[in-house]
Amino acid sequence: MIPACRLVDLSRGEAHRLDIDPPVSVFHTDDGELFAIDDTCTHQDASLADGWLEGCEVECPLHASKFNLKTGAVDAPPAKLPVRTHEVFVEDGMIYVRLSTAAPNLPPCIAARLAGGVA
Amino acid sequence: MVGASLAGLSAARSLRKQGYDGRLVVIGDELHRPYDRPPLSKEFLAGGIGEADLALEPDDEDLQAEWLLGARAAGLDTTPRAVRLTDGREVRADGIVIATGASARTLPGMDGLSGVHTLRTLDDARALRDELARGGRLVVIGGGFIGAEVASTACALGLDVTIVEAAPTPLAGPLGATMGSIVSALHADHGVRLLCGVGVKGLSGETRVDAVLMEDGRSLPADIVVVGVGARPCVDWLAGSGVDIDDGVTCGADGRTSLAGVVAVGDCASWYDPRAGTHRRVEHWTGARERPDAAVAALLSWGESEPGVPRPPYFWSDQYGVKIQFAGYASRADSVTIEEGAAGDRNVLAVYRRAGHPVAVLGMNQPRLFMRWRKQLAANTS
Ligand SMILES: Cc1cc2nc3c(=O)[nH]c(=O)nc-3n(C[C@H](O)[C@H](O)[C@H](O)COP(=O)(O)OP(=O)(O)OC[C@H]3O[C@@H](n4cnc5c(N)ncnc54)[C@H](O)[C@@H]3O)c2cc1C
Ligand code: FES
Repeated sequence: MIPACRLVDLSRGEAHRLDIDPPVSVFHTDDGELFAIDDTCTHQDASLADGWLEGCEVECPLHASKFNLKTGAVDAPPAKLPVRTHEVFVEDGMIYVRLSTAAPNLPPCIAARLAGGVA
Repeated sequence: MVGASLAGLSAARSLRKQGYDGRLVVIGDELHRPYDRPPLSKEFLAGGIGEADLALEPDDEDLQAEWLLGARAAGLDTTPRAVRLTDGREVRADGIVIATGASARTLPGMDGLSGVHTLRTLDDARALRDELARGGRLVVIGGGFIGAEVASTACALGLDVTIVEAAPTPLAGPLGATMGSIVSALHADHGVRLLCGVGVKGLSGETRVDAVLMEDGRSLPADIVVVGVGARPCVDWLAGSGVDIDDGVTCGADGRTSLAGVVAVGDCASWYDPRAGTHRRVEHWTGARERPDAAVAALLSWGESEPGVPRPPYFWSDQYGVKIQFAGYASRADSVTIEEGAAGDRNVLAVYRRAGHPVAVLGMNQPRLFMRWRKQLAANTS
């Protein structure tokens, strides 16, 4: 369970990135819902916290893949693999994230770097 | 669906998503299933990713379509509505989506000389990748995005690279002269020579190219030449069909052509752009991906739905590790200011304005700020 930020500090339509490895982002939708997903796009190295949040979807800032915040599924290419979703809850005004135990779908460039290959 | 690439696939997906459950035929002259072109000048050319990574369809996708691959459309008939193939077959249809894209322009005299390449298809990229792997001197003709990306990739592979550009500043069309020169300064940063303002007279070589001959009399020795002088829309097959063609297929703001039951999308289509007040052929990935939604809606309802205003055109380019992003219309601007970063640091965020209102934005390694501006642009000008 990781503390993210205070709810009052995350306005609707904004995202907060947790600098853990791999990074995770919490999104506060315009409807007031909170979601946490892996921050790195599964296509290439882009931060989804920098993306275009609309409804329950975030569009990657680079090549416009769309991810469903509820399920992590890819709603629009070029990405093909989903991002992981994480549990979010608020306690005493603080947003917490409980990380998924599934393996992340990191993009090839990052997976190669982690494996010690050429980036 | 004529054309089995990004725009054709996106249209097929949109049709199914919008509830069309009838017969769907996708005709494509390449033998490959739809693949992604942007990596062909970037990661794929560099050898970082393979062919399987280029596939645009996930393994579990099934659109219930009939794929006629390796089949080339030769004509379009209206009564009855049908697509004629070069092998004599005819595919009748209630609706037709034209998505035949564009093909690389060539230079006279390059046919028959080995070592001279254009880059548009997977087959082109395979051939060029194999040649680049052998190293040597590369001359890129054309300082546009594809030429610049090939130069950047080849430079990283250790080749000796020269770019020749006929215009005084590369990328002045899409980015304007000021930002075009800032972006193309990346070449010099990495030891790639850039010669501007000189045209190419021809190529020399017996069977294989050995030099590029310039109009000012210079001769640039070359082992490999890449011709990156733009693309022309693949619309020749529509001659005689009655569909309006200017620069590509002329379309309304929702992709409808001058023929009932026929829409056009992607690089071959010149949509009316309500923001710009003119027709514009947009040759960017995101347009080919997004606009089929609107075109398919128009095809299914034919005129009963009002076209929305599409988002301003957006594209990206990766050069020398710098992520370049652009949205909007540089040509409409009367000023451009750097709002963040510095030209020398290659991390600028520049905003183009017309009479004080933002009309375009350029980012170099500024994805976060860029997205803010891009959203504002979409909201402002709608
Ligand atoms: C090397 C390269 C790098 C690029 N990089 C970027 C980038 O970084 N960012 C960006 O925004 N955009 C980029 N683009 C542009 C982007 O790839 C195109 O905008 C996109 O591919 C357009 O899709 P399309 O389906 O309209 O056309 P195309 O992808 O050209 O597909 C058209 C298809 O129709 C087929 N066809 C043509 N004529 C016929 C016929 N008569 N019968 C049957 N089939 C036919 C063609 O063979 C082709 O398969 C790049 C393009 C290239 C080539
Ligand atoms: S990096 Fe996200 S779509 Fe390419």
